[in-house]
Amino acid sequence: MAELIKSNKALAVNPLKVSQPLGAALAFLGVNRALPLMHGAQGCTAFGKVFFVRHFREPIPLQTTAMDPIASIMGADDNIIEALATLAQKSQPDVIGLVTTGLSETQGTDIARAIKTFRAAHPEYADLTVVPVNTPDFLGCLETGFALAVDALIATLVPETAHAGRRPKQVNVLASAMLTPGDVEAIKAWIEAFGLRPLVLPDLADSLDGHLIPAEFASLTIGGTPRNEIASMGESVATLVIGASLAKAADRLKARTGVPDYRFTGLMGLAACDAFTQTLAEISGQPVPAQLERQRAQLQDAMVDSHFMLGFARLALAADPDLLAMFAPFLAGMGAEIVAAVTPIRAESLAALDIGRISIGDLEDLEHHARRHAAQLLLTNSHGAETARRLGLPLLRIGFPQYDLVGGYARAWVGYRGSRQALFDLANILQSAHHDTQVYRSLYRQDSPHAAGAAAGADRAH
Amino acid sequence: MQASDIQALLDEPACRHNAKEKSGCARPKPGATAGGCSFDGAQIALLPIADVAHIVHGPIACSGNSWDNRGTRSSGPTLYRLGLTTDLSETDVVMGRSEKRLFHAIKQAIDTYHPAAVFVYATCVTALVGDDLEAVCKAASARWGVPVIPIDAAGFYGTKNLGNRLAGEAMLKYVIGTAEPRPAPPHPAGIPTYDVSLIGEYNIAGEFWNVAPLFDELGLRILGTLSGDARFHEVQTLHRARVSMVVCAKALLNVARKLEARYGIPFFEGSFYGVKDTSAALRDFARLIGDPDLMERTEALIAREEAKAEATLAPWRARLAGKRVLLYTGGVKSWSIVSALQDLGMTVVATGTKKSTEEDKARIRELMGEDAKMIEDGSPKALLSIYKEYRADILIAGGRNLYTALKARIPFLDINQEREFGYAGYVGMAELARQLALSIESPVWPAVRAPAPWARPHASGNVLSA
Repeated sequence: MAELIKSNKALAVNPLKVSQPLGAALAFLGVNRALPLMHGAQGCTAFGKVFFVRHFREPIPLQTTAMDPIASIMGADDNIIEALATLAQKSQPDVIGLVTTGLSETQGTDIARAIKTFRAAHPEYADLTVVPVNTPDFLGCLETGFALAVDALIATLVPETAHAGRRPKQVNVLASAMLTPGDVEAIKAWIEAFGLRPLVLPDLADSLDGHLIPAEFASLTIGGTPRNEIASMGESVATLVIGASLAKAADRLKARTGVPDYRFTGLMGLAACDAFTQTLAEISGQPVPAQLERQRAQLQDAMVDSHFMLGFARLALAADPDLLAMFAPFLAGMGAEIVAAVTPIRAESLAALDIGRISIGDLEDLEHHARRHAAQLLLTNSHGAETARRLGLPLLRIGFPQYDLVGGYARAWVGYRGSRQALFDLANILQSAHHDTQVYRSLYRQDSPHAAGAAAGADRAH
Repeated sequence: MQASDIQALLDEPACRHNAKEKSGCARPKPGATAGGCSFDGAQIALLPIADVAHIVHGPIACSGNSWDNRGTRSSGPTLYRLGLTTDLSETDVVMGRSEKRLFHAIKQAIDTYHPAAVFVYATCVTALVGDDLEAVCKAASARWGVPVIPIDAAGFYGTKNLGNRLAGEAMLKYVIGTAEPRPAPPHPAGIPTYDVSLIGEYNIAGEFWNVAPLFDELGLRILGTLSGDARFHEVQTLHRARVSMVVCAKALLNVARKLEARYGIPFFEGSFYGVKDTSAALRDFARLIGDPDLMERTEALIAREEAKAEATLAPWRARLAGKRVLLYTGGVKSWSIVSALQDLGMTVVATGTKKSTEEDKARIRELMGEDAKMIEDGSPKALLSIYKEYRADILIAGGRNLYTALKARIPFLDINQEREFGYAGYVGMAELARQLALSIESPVWPAVRAPAPWARPHASGNVLSA
């Protein structure tokens, strides 16, 4: 049982937390022909855009209601209406995700009313779906904003029905913010291996997987879950929920449709993967495909091979709650010790983890705990690079953002193969950081330690 | 190499088991032999001499397939880590150009790397075509003024063990006694310095550095080793040691015996694995040197180090006590590690004796009792069946058996020369305990032994038949 301890500091140093509106925007980036619209000052959007562009190395469609001083004080509903109309007219999106920010929430915006006003004023855009989501910056983190947006998508687009199972091959997947486009790809292939058809919300694998398209420019997302498919989620045979942060969204989907759901906190490590595979076998009524059995056996082999390096390894981990909850049992299952765990916000799901204490804090806290408990390796986002340098430790990049790594978004961590590659990488990092017995030179030794035949060889003076 | 020379080496008088009628070492059996060749043995014995250019004279296989895979460490020069070979081509062999090529190779090594000496290792092909290594080395030595030493231990001569001895012979013939030691600097504590040597200590993973500070503290100057962290000059002066210790079983016993015969240097056999054995080795040095003050200081040091080790090991003992070990390794380690494991409160259920001598076996009986299970057949199948029969908790063996264990889903500890952790001395015991606990306690075992949730219960975790 983990004890969650809030850092008492007035000052956050080297923050781990990314704000909620970015999480919500990310979720909308996984819907096809969509556009997130942040209701706030233009800087909210600009920062978000740079954040995602650097992480995904993709152009990111993201718009702003551009609240100015007058709108901030006198009311900004007009900004929303104007922005929606402009975007509808210019880009004809299927979905606009209307995301609030710290500014608009503090102002006390009522986005539902603003949308109503927009509908009345612009019947010509009736075909446009607007999904409102309240994501004040001063609450939660990237993961919760993402979850709120998924919940809002369901609330807006999935009708109340009683047709569960009408599409007996279709399986809904609610995919948390911890999953990369590479992860989502792997999950889809996993499901397809059982003859099922995955319907992933949001489908980042289809939009932000990094693929060139014939068009030179796109003002909307170039892939993702199609709007009409979201509406069909009520006809699926089952819903697979990956990540504890999506519990509320999953509850709503189940209440609306009666589609039975299966919830997973993570898909890394043998036990987690087996639980998922077993569920798919039950849903489909199919035997586990030979190819998956093989991948499972490969993971087992990697586990025994790498347990020498990971056993007793002292790891420091900082991530949003879902990602932390996926990695921690996976690492502990290899015999590693999580000597420092930091997450930006309190999440009840973390209490069940088998870690002594989890700090709710920042990367300074991570640095402090990692140093104090003699960690050997850091696992966190790219902001941890400097922390790692100061500690003299290697860093494995996980989570958001990964701006100094090409292709971090494409990496699959989940599944038998993803888990195996993670083990290989962890083992290699730990092995190359392995220190031999400290060199001892006897007081009787008279040769120079740098003499004869240092590998460079030729430079020795004669 | 004359057949009679090889026969003489196989007949090692210092081996006590050699009193029996059927004497000498057994020949390898075709179709049922594992382990390295004489070339491998010679490399193991000499490669740790750090400031020497080790040239392998032969086609690419001998050096190309083995270079830079040994765990030995140097505190200074790193020349020994370079892979140097004449990489003979078909033309070289057919046209008889290999000697010439070797001569140029030696020149290149000297010009580029300025080694303290060059060792030239014969291999099967160059031995078979009849290259005169000794003549080439002599000529090269005369031409460039650097000692060039032929190591005639081609693979087909025999086993790895024989290669160790051939290497030792080469040292006796060409190196030891060719220089005098520099005077020792005065000891900071004002105590007298005694020169000693270690024969068969290879500083795997730097493990001897766990022990070396104790030698310094006692005023024991390690004049030289064969060959862990050694320099060429040090090996030249081994004939001036007061006492030598044979660390790895019989591999280089011939060197110790001949040092005793030629120079009157007494020797003893010992090990630095385990608390008891480390203490015993230090005591033996003091005893053979015969200085009462040294003996007293040695006892004080032992008392201090044992108390420290005891404190460090106590928590590990609690975790490891009663755990059962199947040990499969060669020679000296078949008993020296037993003692170390028993120090930790573990039970050694069986030990491998394929490469052990009669004397090693006697020591095993002393440690494990008359009924000690000794394993001659080290095939994966046999090991796994003994593992099950004796309900062992971990297999300790050489890297070659690593995957035997892992594929059968059983914990493992690597004990041979490729390993990355040092276990010697008082300090090394804690590392040994840690590595044992790491594998035995790892949660991966129950995870990989359990069947998949959708599988029938018997599908997984069976012993693989090899």
